[in-house]
Amino acid sequence: MSVLIIILLGLCFLCLLRVALGPTLADRMVAIDIMGILVVGVCTLLAVKLEREFLIDISLAWVFLSFIGTIALAKYLEGKKFDE
Amino acid sequence: MREIIGIILIGIGVAFDVFGCIGLIRLPDVYNRLQAATKGVTVGTWGILIGVCVLVGFNSLGVKALLAVILIFFTSATASHALARGAHKSGTKLWKRSVCDRYEEDRKNAKIKN
Repeated sequence: MSVLIIILLGLCFLCLLRVALGPTLADRMVAIDIMGILVVGVCTLLAVKLEREFLIDISLAWVFLSFIGTIALAKYLEGKKFDE
Repeated sequence: MREIIGIILIGIGVAFDVFGCIGLIRLPDVYNRLQAATKGVTVGTWGILIGVCVLVGFNSLGVKALLAVILIFFTSATASHALARGAHKSGTKLWKRSVCDRYEEDRKNAKIKN
């Protein structure tokens, strides 16, 4: 179980690498979106391993926060106002 | 027996995550990266969450994991579609060896309004 968590954290660092060297703006947004979904898996595995119940609540909240952030960035990329 | 099935499902999920992130690093284009990474990481996280649900049974943690599966099913597909549309409308170029671009042709022929 610990090995799987360490592998997932390494994948998060791969996503940060793509954020650092992505050539366009859309690359960075894609990498942030993917890292949000990866962190949900990390929090769920930590909730099982550490036997703390509240970490699964954090992962449920993280799904919505990642979704709202990605939609807002996509609207900004498209060049519209937020209330349109 | 239940623990073995749960660990196997979690392992399959982590393997899908690894393939998705390799696609995110190595593919040449925004759209290719989005396609590979979104599908791989979404299915990988489903595997992790369903494996946790099998591992701990139907207490509050397992049911919340199943709820997160349903949420990811809707939000991941919607977010990736919005990102691809925004990237295309902001003028991000395709890879130089890409074959065709139907959305650009349709926008040029004004079959799609926006």
